[in-house]
Amino acid sequence: MNNEPAQQNNAILFFGSLGRWFLRAIESMGDATVLSVTSLAHLFAKPWQGKHIVIQLYALGVGSFVIIAITGAFTGMVLALQGYYTLAKFGSESLLGSGVALAIIRELGPVLGAFMMVGRAGSSITAEIGIMRVTEQLDALQMMAVNPKARIILPRIIAMIISLPLLVSMFDIIGLGAGYIVGVELLGVNGGAFIGEMIAKITPMDLYAGWVKALGFGILIGVICTYMGYRATPTTEGVAKATTQAVVAGSVGVLILDYILTSFFL
Amino acid sequence: MIRTEKLSRHFDDVVALDSTDIHIKEHQTTVVMGGSGSGKTTLLRLLAGLECPTSGHIWYGKDDLNGISQKNLYKLRSRMGMVFQYSALLNSLSVYDNVAFPLVEHTQLDESVIHTMVTMKLEQVGLRGFEKFMPSQLSGGMAKRVAFARALAMDPEIVFFDEPTSGLDPISAGVIASLIGDLTQRTKMTSIVVTHDVHAGLAIADHVILLWQGKVIAEGTSDVIRHSDDARVQQFIEGRPDGPIPFSRSETSYIEDLLHKPGTVRMS
Amino acid sequence: MQSYRKTEITVGIFVFLGIMAMAWMAIKLGQIGGLGSSGYNVSATFDDAGGLRAGADVMLAGVSIGRVASVQLKDQDEALLQLEIQQGVELTTDAIAAVRTKGIIGERYVRISQGADDKIIANHGEIEETESAINIEDLISKYIFSSSE
Repeated sequence: MNNEPAQQNNAILFFGSLGRWFLRAIESMGDATVLSVTSLAHLFAKPWQGKHIVIQLYALGVGSFVIIAITGAFTGMVLALQGYYTLAKFGSESLLGSGVALAIIRELGPVLGAFMMVGRAGSSITAEIGIMRVTEQLDALQMMAVNPKARIILPRIIAMIISLPLLVSMFDIIGLGAGYIVGVELLGVNGGAFIGEMIAKITPMDLYAGWVKALGFGILIGVICTYMGYRATPTTEGVAKATTQAVVAGSVGVLILDYILTSFFL
Repeated sequence: MIRTEKLSRHFDDVVALDSTDIHIKEHQTTVVMGGSGSGKTTLLRLLAGLECPTSGHIWYGKDDLNGISQKNLYKLRSRMGMVFQYSALLNSLSVYDNVAFPLVEHTQLDESVIHTMVTMKLEQVGLRGFEKFMPSQLSGGMAKRVAFARALAMDPEIVFFDEPTSGLDPISAGVIASLIGDLTQRTKMTSIVVTHDVHAGLAIADHVILLWQGKVIAEGTSDVIRHSDDARVQQFIEGRPDGPIPFSRSETSYIEDLLHKPGTVRMS
Repeated sequence: MQSYRKTEITVGIFVFLGIMAMAWMAIKLGQIGGLGSSGYNVSATFDDAGGLRAGADVMLAGVSIGRVASVQLKDQDEALLQLEIQQGVELTTDAIAAVRTKGIIGERYVRISQGADDKIIANHGEIEETESAINIEDLISKYIFSSSE
């Protein structure tokens, strides 16, 4: 009959749910931080979890190498192709090397590498821990006087922090190599100019920026994905939802953190 | 040995356990029975320290589980074993590694000694020869027996069983039940079994605690329970569909709920 | 245990390759430490640096011989450039440094032309003769004014 109160009602509902969502987001951020900090506190406590860190490095780091290599290669190739046709219009093909290198080292290596790790390793972390929650394996560890934070969460976060910068560096080099092959071998840019420009334009700051980003993304993904799994609702649906949320939150988080870090390094 | 004092646990508005005082004696099999949602699993998790009570205390001898440090809790747990409802074997480890897990974690024993102990434990549950199997290759009953062997690995003083016979065929259930009875007697451990399986529960119990809606409604030996004149106890034991324990758990009026369609807003 | 040993070795190779990748980037591209810093510094003052930035090339006879280390304002009036020149390249004291442009839209670089002097500029020396950037707008306006007069 009268729309006025109904609309007001909708606005209240909207802001109400927005507020609730925001508060819950803040709450989970705090919760995730507490969980990861208390887990990481076990790093130097007995018993030493080195063996489990190595196992996770294998599962998360070595296991992701192939997909990182493929992503890196195609990123470099596409950049060289795109860059070539853009630069050729201005007769500046010689800048191709520096363009490809800057894009990969500063932005695409860390960001695309992090995306791949969220999708491949992060989602598996969340699903694995979530299933351990559903099947009471986490409780079983507790009952055997093994702290699941030290045994399950800590090695995964540490492995993520170690492997992401390493994988991103491999991504960078494979990407540059693929860019060189497309640019120089296929499109006929002068090889000397490609490498010369690349070396001339990359400053140590660019490398630091790339590595700091990779490190930051590693921490972020490790914290988010372990938290989502550990706090998953202990049902099949809960784990499915937690895995989706981990991938979404991880990817969005990487982009937001990327902006913040980039603004620091410019 | 274990004593609870006005122990309560609430989940938001739901009262799972309401001010219960129970006493669990040493070297006995105590069976906690009750229908679904009677608070028996909650009681078990509270006793094991996996959850914190809303109010009340749990005493292990002179130790209060409230505010116990993690170190002391873990020390206490090294004397406990637990068999979970769905076994909770570690998926990534073989049967052998699952049973060896507590030994590898908490002892400095030589690998050959651990091997002997694991073989002994698996023999006790009748699964010697299955060392190389992964948990996913086991049937429910076998997984439960492996979980049993794992719980026994450290020769615990107290073993908790969460629904040890649920989801098993009668023979497997019988095997598990007799294993619990046998081992409790032979190894002088204290078993606390949570179950809704009246037959198996009464068969192995030295002491039975019957829970209903978070409260203890009957306590005593199997015979005391069998011959109880409480109508609720009789209904539960015989599994009659009607009696003082209602099937419907709704508190609101049926007619009200039918008339109150979603989406309609009352104008009053 | 056998399989754990294998895992350990694979992880070892993985970490080694990763660190090699980082080291290669650091030394080859970033020229961090060792190989990169084997140069000497020369300063030059320009009236107009034409938007030149740190990292730009320094060329002699069309060959890159170093890069611009920093661009600063000097005396609120002029631009002070620090140039990093590769070891082994000798610049005469009367060499001329000029800010030039590569291609039409290309970037700025510093072009150095050798003089005839025998003396060589030492580390932390100064190139005294400089030519400012050629400003296309200035050129155009100059052309318009001169033709209209």
